[in-house]
Amino acid sequence: MASDWSVSGITRRLFPILVALTLLELVGGLTLGSFEATLRRYPSLLVLVPVTIGTAGNLGSVLSARLSTAFHLGILSFDVTDDELLGNTITTVLLAVTVFPVVGAGAWAVARVTGGARLPVETVVAVASISGLVLAVLAVAVTVTAAYTAYRFEADPDDVVIPVVTNVCDVLGVIVLFGVVRVIVT
Amino acid sequence: MSVRETIVEGYRGALPTLLVSALGGLLAGGILGGMEAELEAVPGLLVVVPAFLAIRGSVYGSLGSRLSSALHQGLVEPHFTPDDRLVSAIAAALLNGLGASLVAATFTFAILTALGRRVAPLWTLALIALVGGALAGVILVAVIVVVVFGGYRRGMNPDNLVGPTVTTAGDIFGMAALFVATRLALAVT
Repeated sequence: MASDWSVSGITRRLFPILVALTLLELVGGLTLGSFEATLRRYPSLLVLVPVTIGTAGNLGSVLSARLSTAFHLGILSFDVTDDELLGNTITTVLLAVTVFPVVGAGAWAVARVTGGARLPVETVVAVASISGLVLAVLAVAVTVTAAYTAYRFEADPDDVVIPVVTNVCDVLGVIVLFGVVRVIVT
Repeated sequence: MSVRETIVEGYRGALPTLLVSALGGLLAGGILGGMEAELEAVPGLLVVVPAFLAIRGSVYGSLGSRLSSALHQGLVEPHFTPDDRLVSAIAAALLNGLGASLVAATFTFAILTALGRRVAPLWTLALIALVGGALAGVILVAVIVVVVFGGYRRGMNPDNLVGPTVTTAGDIFGMAALFVATRLALAVT
């Protein structure tokens, strides 16, 4: 087990995953770059960027950790009528519906304090809330697909599902924000 | 568990963590929102942001859960001593963080150049990635060691502390480090 803790041992396992997730995250970065002008015109939207990415990733990682545990305990089946699946899906949507309006109001307040709230508070709250709702649905779809794939390939869901889901949800966070901003703001 | 119990338990368990890390994300957003001049001066910087923050999350999340598991197994002692294992885990986290940040900067430059979009010189982006990665790395190592060891000594399960600590501190210090690194890179240009 000593080699497990060597710099080269850790790097061999960690670095390929880091490079893969970096490439994935660049898809999100390029999406941000494509509406950079809008984001810079409205700093409250720029404030929303890290928190939307983070919360989307967190929703995905909470759900995948819970599905993973349910799966290890043998109480999960991939059936639309499965109680565990249904309960966790509803939880994810409820969490998004609670957290994202707060996040929107917070982003507006932060932008106001730092001197750049050019959008009315209701617009920022609407952008955050609609993005959050769409993201919750996507997070469920991504997580269930990833967990099911891991299960089919007999991989341990803890190793694969959580990092994949977290980073895919990060990227979806940016893409959904982009779509919602285009519809509501511009 | 009934559907209702699953919902109540899941909601109560996750809400505090989500709110705390949202607060971290908002503070990070406040820094990003104030970086108008830097984003203008370093085209391509915004493209690096998601990858830069995600690398912090993965590298230091992995360090945190490694330390946490090692405490449970009795492999490391819950106080900072220049123990070989601890030093090599920290060195590996810092090196991997720097390496991946450099990869992010290089790919950003290459892709934006290929797309014919405006982009800062490679060395500017690379300098920002390295300085930002090093600054954030040193702070996050300190935060993780303090939280994981401190939490363990107080009888808490460090497994539950690592996730929220890394997402919250990673966003705030990652963004702050990127800001300082960008100012520094602009100053030497």
